[in-house]
Amino acid sequence: MKQTNNIKKSINLVLLLFVCIPAFSMHIMEGYLPVNWAVTWSLAFLPVLLVGINRVKVLIAETPEKRMILAMVVAFAFVLSSLKLPSVTGSSSHATGMGFGTALVGPASMAVVGTVVLLFQMFLLAHGGITTLGANAFAMAFAGPIVTFLVYRLFKKLGASMRVAFFFAAVLGNLFTYLVTSTQLALAHPDGSSGVMGAFAKFVGIFGITQVPVAIVEGLLSVMVINVLINNDFVKESDLFSFNTFNRLRKRKIAHEIK
Amino acid sequence: MKSNKLKAYNYMLLAFVVIIPIVALWLGGDSEFGGADGMAAEMIDNSDYIPWIENVWAPPGGETESLLFSLQSAIGAGVLFYFIGFIKGKKAATNASQ
Repeated sequence: MKQTNNIKKSINLVLLLFVCIPAFSMHIMEGYLPVNWAVTWSLAFLPVLLVGINRVKVLIAETPEKRMILAMVVAFAFVLSSLKLPSVTGSSSHATGMGFGTALVGPASMAVVGTVVLLFQMFLLAHGGITTLGANAFAMAFAGPIVTFLVYRLFKKLGASMRVAFFFAAVLGNLFTYLVTSTQLALAHPDGSSGVMGAFAKFVGIFGITQVPVAIVEGLLSVMVINVLINNDFVKESDLFSFNTFNRLRKRKIAHEIK
Repeated sequence: MKSNKLKAYNYMLLAFVVIIPIVALWLGGDSEFGGADGMAAEMIDNSDYIPWIENVWAPPGGETESLLFSLQSAIGAGVLFYFIGFIKGKKAATNASQ
């Protein structure tokens, strides 16, 4: 028994090493952001949401099948965010499922998808809240997908295979979401003696360890589902995180000007 | 990747997905985990901060909450696997007509 405990301790220590750039809990609870921060983050997220809505409209107008893909992306996010995974500290966090969606519909549309998921959790599960919706959406539906997108591009550029790149993109996107959440909490609740940085370190400590296994599982599941989609000839590897859609958007605008 | 190889690959990933929470549970001791956001809330409460607004509606109890939680995943899984079934059938149909 003593030996098992020692093994556990050493594994915990090893895990701690991995956690030096970590992450957090899920959403910020209702009422836990003071009014000024609640307003700030809501205003910060608003333009992102508007761009997202616009983007979704364009996607659906261009290819009506995207409607189905959007439904699936929301469904995946639903499944993943109900995966409360137990973690080493005896607490839990849940996955977001945002990375998978980013691969299929792009980071901009994820603002809308993330908001839908957050609204569901807020009204039905009292998870997150109206006043913190802006902050939570900023972290989960904007910061996370952007990082996922950039990491994927970076790994591809470095010559990684699609699956490896996608795995890390999903994992880091998830972790970054929680990093942003911790920052938001730390800014709103600076530590009495050590200030914002001290509070940040504390929040990272709480959420970080729980979030790492969750992020890894999210990465694995995302790759699995993408594998299934590729296996059934639904998407091509080259279509993931593609800039084609951006180009098309640009062309469309030029076309309008000519008219 | 070939279709069969891909399947084997996915089973391997699935194994990891199962193993990671089990290991985490073993290390964590018990599954009475409250949720990391609950811990963060406690930490903030300790610093004399009083939440200024409550959730408009909260599930009346733990049982209802887990009902809604499983409903969420059931809806998600339903749509997701409908979609996968759909594209599988579509692929089979295209193969058959060729």
